[in-house]
Amino acid sequence: MSGLLKPADAEQAREAIAWAVAEETPVEIRGRGSKASLGRPQQTDYQIDLSGLSGISLYEPDELVMSAGPGTPLAEIEAALAEHNQELAFEPADYGPLLGVAAEAGSIGGVFACNLAGPRRIKAGAARDHFLGVHGVSGRGEAFKSGGRVVKNVTGYDLCKLMTGSYGTLAAMTDLTFKVLPLPEKTRTVLALGLQDEAAVALMCEAAGSPHEVSGLAHLPGPVAARSGVSYVAGAGTSVTAIRVEGPGPSVEYRCDALKQMASGKGAVEELHSHNSAALWREIRDVTAFAADAVGSERPLWRLSVTPTNGAEAAKKIQDQAEGEAVFDWAGGLIWLSLAAADDAHADLVRGAVAAAGGHATLVRAADAVRAAVSVFQPQPAALAALSARVKDSFDPRRILNPGRMYPGV
Amino acid sequence: MQMPEPDQAVIGRRRELIQALQRIVAGEGVIYDEAALKAFECDGLTAYRQPPMIAVLPETTEEVSAVLRLCHEEGVKVVPRGAGTSLSGGALPLADGVLLGMGKFNRVLEIDYENRCAVVQPGVTNLGITHAVQDEGFYYAPDPSSQIACTIGGNVAENSGGVHCLKYGLTTNNILGLECVLITGEVIRIGGKHLDSEGYDMMGLLTGSEGLLGVVTEVTVRILKKPETARALLVGFQDLEKAGDCVAKVIAAGVIPAGMEMMDRPAIHAAEAFCQAGYPMDVEALLIVELDGPAAEVDHLIDVVRGISESCGAVSVRVSESEEERLSFWAGRKAAFPAVGRISPDYYCMDGTIPRHKLPHVLTRISELSEHYGLRVANVFHAGDGNLHPLILYDANQPNELERAEDFGSDILKLCVEVGGVLTGEHGVGVEKRDLMGEMFSKADLDQQQRVKCAFDPDGLLNPGKVFPTLHRCAELGRMHISRGQMPFPDLPRF
Ligand SMILES: Cc1cc2nc3c(=O)[nH]c(=O)nc-3n(C[C@H](O)[C@H](O)[C@H](O)COP(=O)(O)OP(=O)(O)OC[C@H]3O[C@@H](n4cnc5c(N)ncnc54)[C@H](O)[C@@H]3O)c2cc1C
Repeated sequence: MSGLLKPADAEQAREAIAWAVAEETPVEIRGRGSKASLGRPQQTDYQIDLSGLSGISLYEPDELVMSAGPGTPLAEIEAALAEHNQELAFEPADYGPLLGVAAEAGSIGGVFACNLAGPRRIKAGAARDHFLGVHGVSGRGEAFKSGGRVVKNVTGYDLCKLMTGSYGTLAAMTDLTFKVLPLPEKTRTVLALGLQDEAAVALMCEAAGSPHEVSGLAHLPGPVAARSGVSYVAGAGTSVTAIRVEGPGPSVEYRCDALKQMASGKGAVEELHSHNSAALWREIRDVTAFAADAVGSERPLWRLSVTPTNGAEAAKKIQDQAEGEAVFDWAGGLIWLSLAAADDAHADLVRGAVAAAGGHATLVRAADAVRAAVSVFQPQPAALAALSARVKDSFDPRRILNPGRMYPGV
Repeated sequence: MQMPEPDQAVIGRRRELIQALQRIVAGEGVIYDEAALKAFECDGLTAYRQPPMIAVLPETTEEVSAVLRLCHEEGVKVVPRGAGTSLSGGALPLADGVLLGMGKFNRVLEIDYENRCAVVQPGVTNLGITHAVQDEGFYYAPDPSSQIACTIGGNVAENSGGVHCLKYGLTTNNILGLECVLITGEVIRIGGKHLDSEGYDMMGLLTGSEGLLGVVTEVTVRILKKPETARALLVGFQDLEKAGDCVAKVIAAGVIPAGMEMMDRPAIHAAEAFCQAGYPMDVEALLIVELDGPAAEVDHLIDVVRGISESCGAVSVRVSESEEERLSFWAGRKAAFPAVGRISPDYYCMDGTIPRHKLPHVLTRISELSEHYGLRVANVFHAGDGNLHPLILYDANQPNELERAEDFGSDILKLCVEVGGVLTGEHGVGVEKRDLMGEMFSKADLDQQQRVKCAFDPDGLLNPGKVFPTLHRCAELGRMHISRGQMPFPDLPRF
């Protein structure tokens, strides 16, 4: 037997999981399914679809707080925030096109379950840093909550942190409360043209270490820049390094000038204003450079989080041995690598380079068979892996929720 | 306050344990002399005192690991301790426990300006980190008022905050990596110089876990370049409601100040008497709002905040015109605790957080409670993020005053929960708020938290008696109650 359960509220979600526990039948937990192909492929007979737990239940702009059901479309949340000149400051990416599904198809539950964060991660933090409170159903079929609706809270363990980035393997979240922030008044992007990867990373680290509260630092090598939808970037005919500042008008102008000065010694400098700037950072956030490969191509896509100053070298080491293209974000600390097709997605090569650089690598996109064969998430040292398995036990001893999505047997 | 019953069998083996510990940590590192042990008998919550059975001061991760392995094998409880400034009794020793003092882990191991981080040992003080990097113009952002003394290990364990956390975040938002020793002696490393640790966010879980999950032996912190300038406004109001309104309006206008603090009349007067900060004495509420960044931004935002303050009915507005003046605005606020200590034999510091707009209601209720209990109270408030520190004034030498102060305190915390807030914003649950956890959490919530504890420490040896009001055996918590039933809502479409 197989089937789809679509609870309409938190109590029904609890009933559905309690049933699965009693039947000892694993279930796939999904929000709106936009990131279903992220992680190891799953084989469960049943799915619990949380898209019915949808809607914003609390939004107090003056308190900078919002609560919503996990199935609430991210687009709905962003629209509600925009009405009050606010946003999710961690700039969650829309991986839809990257994973071969529609754009704007994601849910807020998915944003937190995958701990998404865009270019502003370097300044504002990731989803984890904005998650205030959660209600959920554990793999024991029991409802529980953690956290609250206020920013400062150390009452009990911070289980919200555990939920972020757990890909639905610990609990089905049924209600999420998170911090929202005002939209910056103004945005400017400084472009430095023609820098090699190493020089670009050096410039980005210099900018990150300045007092200018830079909110985006990305580098697009020439061929990637050429595919940009922003004409200034596509027409540069060379690599483009982008530095973003945001804030009140007078401050942005001042910081922008200072950063232009910093960049000017290194190559030609351009400046992007609101519209083009927003378009460029959306492309970087959603990694649109590699979206075209999502359909009909076997090229694996890796996401590396590394020590920023080691980023360029790590990418080079990999590209020396496998044909590939890179996009650098987070001042070089985040590298997206699209590599030539291979049965093992070049996993050993990638993980070897990451080990030397310090960090971790996730195989974000590859054929099912490849994702089943190689570790999608960074393999952990024995003691940490055993601890992760015990934490899984503490929520889901019978391995009911998304079993194996992150690690075999977990 | 009931602590776990001391295990007489363990106490009976004290001599052997001392010898076994001396084989791990040489010389002075094992303390068992009664007079010397008294130095550890309490932390910042001085109402509770208990000398430990033995204190150990290891110097290396290997020693920590060996001490924990020994205690695990011998079934001996362990209480980690940094500088002992916890205000919730988190570092309160146990009569049958080993106190693990981390003070000798006091070295800055590496400073990496290019990657904007520093690798430090847990016994380095919070301010020590800033001191180590300030020559290059960097600093470590979270700044608890106790920053001269408290350690980064303690900050991680408590997820400490400070007046600048409104803009820059708490400890949990400012660390990149941890090395941590589990009770079994296993050493795990999480994160590093990169962002977002792989797998489950153990770093996020360990931060704020109050020494119950593991012993932190190394921390990689993010450091930031100092803002070019900082200026502050000192704004006085004739009533608290208007001050609260002003805070809300500043935030609603899209301004996130570096810090936004409020003090009520008793706190203003105590602070002024203590350090002559130049505060206005004829106001009911005082706001300190700090803006930082390039001069162009700061000047612009000062004007914005000044405008909002005036429209909210401020009766006095001063803007700092020099660095000395800015620091003098803060001097009173930063010294609020000792200042209150000067006007009362004892004081008891509370730490609830509330949704900001509930402030007038909560302050009114607090002054009613103050009358009810016959105890004075002074309020300082991290206004920007709703974190309230009522300081209850009492005299421990008067019969029943401590109990009255404690009852008053728990009424305040219950009130915070009632209005949608929480028991503790930054000081931790410890022993102090342990028995109030039921106000905020159901049994199911607490059971799930304790199951997480079991994943780290199945025998409950690390800092027991803190955080959880009732201790359950892990086997009992792991049991599942299963009722087989119909498939739920079978009328739904399935395919
Ligand atoms: C005057 C004063 C002002 C204060 N102001 C603030 C403030 O503004 N903001 C704020 O957040 N707090 C404040 N505090 C509270 C306190 O300073 C913080 O909680 C601080 O982080 C405690 O650090 P510590 O090194 O003293 O830790 P301790 O008090 O020694 O220990 C605190 C807890 O951490 C655990 N612990 C310590 N080290 C380790 C380690 N290496 N590994 C695992 N667990 C460990 C202990 O077991 C205990 O549970 C203040 C305290 C005082 C006395």
